[in-house]
Amino acid sequence: MTLQPTPLTPPTEDTTESLENAIELKEVEGLSQGQIVFRRFVRHRGAMIAALVLLLVILLATTSIGVGPFHGWWQWDHIRKHDIAIPGGRPTLVISLTHGIQLGDFPFGQDTIGRDIFARVMRGTQRSLTVMLIIGALATTIGIMIGAASGFFRGRIDTLLMRFTDMVITIPIIVIGAVLGKLIGGGNAILLGVALGLVTWTTMARLVRGDFLSLREREFVDAARVAGASNSRIMFKHMLPNAIGVIIVNTTLLMASAILLETALSYLGFGVKPPDVSLGQLINEYQSAFATRPWLFWWPGLFIVLIALCVNFIGDGLRDAFDPRQQRRIPNQRKTRQR
Amino acid sequence: MLTFLVRRLASAAVVLLASTFTFFILVSYAVDPLEELRYSTQINKEQLMEARIRLLDLDTPPVLRYFHWLRGVLGYLWGDGSLGASWRTNRQTTELLSGAIGVTLRLVAAAALLAMILGITVGIASALRQYSGFDYSITFMSFLLYSLPTFWVAVLLKQWGAIGFNDFLRDPTIGLWGLIGIAVVAGLIWSALVGGPKRRRLTTLAIAGGVTGLTLWFMSATGWFLKPSLGPVLIAITGVAIAFGATSLSTGLRNRRALYSALTVAALGVALWYPLQFVFPYATAWLILGLFALSLLAAAVIGWAYGGPDRRQSVRTAALTAIGVSLLVFADRVMQVWGIYSDYAEGRPIATLGAATPGLNGDFWVDTLDQYTHLVLPTTALLLISFAGYTRYSRGSLLEVLNQDYIRTARAKGLTERTVIMRHAFRNALIPLATVIPLDIAAILSGAVITETIFGWTGMGNLFITSLRGSDPNPIMGFFLVTGSLAVLANIVADLVYAGLDPRIRVNA
Repeated sequence: MTLQPTPLTPPTEDTTESLENAIELKEVEGLSQGQIVFRRFVRHRGAMIAALVLLLVILLATTSIGVGPFHGWWQWDHIRKHDIAIPGGRPTLVISLTHGIQLGDFPFGQDTIGRDIFARVMRGTQRSLTVMLIIGALATTIGIMIGAASGFFRGRIDTLLMRFTDMVITIPIIVIGAVLGKLIGGGNAILLGVALGLVTWTTMARLVRGDFLSLREREFVDAARVAGASNSRIMFKHMLPNAIGVIIVNTTLLMASAILLETALSYLGFGVKPPDVSLGQLINEYQSAFATRPWLFWWPGLFIVLIALCVNFIGDGLRDAFDPRQQRRIPNQRKTRQR
Repeated sequence: MLTFLVRRLASAAVVLLASTFTFFILVSYAVDPLEELRYSTQINKEQLMEARIRLLDLDTPPVLRYFHWLRGVLGYLWGDGSLGASWRTNRQTTELLSGAIGVTLRLVAAAALLAMILGITVGIASALRQYSGFDYSITFMSFLLYSLPTFWVAVLLKQWGAIGFNDFLRDPTIGLWGLIGIAVVAGLIWSALVGGPKRRRLTTLAIAGGVTGLTLWFMSATGWFLKPSLGPVLIAITGVAIAFGATSLSTGLRNRRALYSALTVAALGVALWYPLQFVFPYATAWLILGLFALSLLAAAVIGWAYGGPDRRQSVRTAALTAIGVSLLVFADRVMQVWGIYSDYAEGRPIATLGAATPGLNGDFWVDTLDQYTHLVLPTTALLLISFAGYTRYSRGSLLEVLNQDYIRTARAKGLTERTVIMRHAFRNALIPLATVIPLDIAAILSGAVITETIFGWTGMGNLFITSLRGSDPNPIMGFFLVTGSLAVLANIVADLVYAGLDPRIRVNA
């Protein structure tokens, strides 16, 4: 399939044509693959909104209660107990037409012993995001390494590595996660992320292997070999950039499932443990209070869904942006719709 | 073929051996059966520890203990195998496993089947209306379902699905605004699904919304929710609708023989409704299964009797109709005991915990209804999760097929749209799905950990979690042996199914 330099504006029939002419007449600079992908991604409305929301969530979670030694702009932290502001610990957040938005002292409410839910949810979001990022980074790296070696060297190494991958796949992810969570004692978010990253790389490895198997038959690999490039140089400088689309897309999807995995484990009690806070552990702690204090349950769940949904949408947008068939498909869509 | 199978089985055995070894080592370091004894204040603490060490052989290093365990597993080949016992309950692992597998199967079977049927239907509809409002809403919904944490949904379902619905049953009337809202939503869904020009959409919206609103009003006004039943009239109307639907999907309404055989089956079902009421009090599970098989057989005979050049089409259509009509008659009978059951459950029929009401001494029908009320919530929770996956898969796969050249050829030959979609596209779109299904079933058998925990089902997931919490290594390994073997087998089955369905794939590797 050839990549035609079609214009990247919404495909209304007449503008497309006039733009095409304009481009033919003008001297235009070609776009690099990265630029093409970026422009396509920006055009995907759902993915852009999702990216924006995710950025806002990250900013809110990090700046409000601060990270490590840095203090944020929020007044409370996730451990201190306060007097109950409104009876029952109801949220003080008020959104109305007449008064606008009022935060109050405890916008998300307080739990039974008076801790500030906003600070706890923010802390949990930080923890869950940390685990998600560690899993994403580690699983991607391992998956690329194993998949690349397997697809590039083929033969015995391939068989060995793929049987190893099969072996890891046999163990259901939540089961191995629970055992690992119990093994490392829980409580430490970074260790938890590392442990889970060590077992979630399998899909990535299989995809990269498939890509490398077909890439190594291409001419540019022969060219690089003739030029005297070493194996590792061919693998990482020549072949890897060609597989980057699959890798990035799968990384985002992996991270979306990673946050669900971490919260599920923390919910079951094998992930992050008190006194530290994660979104899943918050839901576990507060689930019995659902009938009396629903806000304890709503907020952490809302943030899990928000993060996972955003990451999923970004992944979808990236998939569309990297998919070379997209260009053919978009003009076709109008014809097929009319029938 | 045979060499392929032998080779795959051999490599699967090696993989399973390696993964059980890894898992065994991990578990033996993660789990400490002596933990609670260490902090205990009993006087004979030392003796107790000594006894447990001897029981579980804790003095031997884990690697050697693995081979001991493996010897027990392999022993099943010549009949003196053992998976060890649970030290907490003093019961054999095999005994625990066989109980848990039964519970999990009951829980998962309905959810998996429903998820497949619903997911594939919605995915196909969404692909046929690509880039429409319906398609976008379904895409958004499946992303949302992908992003929902199971435990969160399960707790919400408990709150609204069970407690909310039970509260609703106390005074089962739907307010005016509720009626209008539901009617408008139903109308919108139908109009988006049917599609077409604006005028047709508006009429669909009006008709579907009106019918939904009127039905709900009727149900609410006559107290149908308290005493639900179908009755012969409703069965007749729905049966005829099923006959027409099955015919239009399976052969097209033009095929009069198929239509008539479907209608005959529906009429037979309605005619048998009254005599069956005298048979049903003596029902057992086998009797019901037998009746179901009998109805299929009758349908086949009817379809065959109508004859014509292609009898198989009539038989197929009649059988599809028979499935629908017998389900209706069955559902009608189950609904008849709703009143009794609801009284027994003190007006709160939807259960939130467990697999059955303990100490319920009803007949077959009350027991069946009891099972269903317990199944509703966990099935919904499982359904919501796998539904999204099936929708995405079937949508993508049908779109892929619709872009193929042979679809264009089929259209160019002048075949009807139904034939192109149902015979040329749909069947081929199912091939990649057939390879996902075994993997999904294997995953769901072991992966219902969270759902089982929340709804209190003592299935496989629950067995694993309680054993892990209770530091009980033998049941954990038994659980893993079952799920690991299932996963490996499912992989092989998926490969074979693919090779069987798609002639382009050959297994000779």
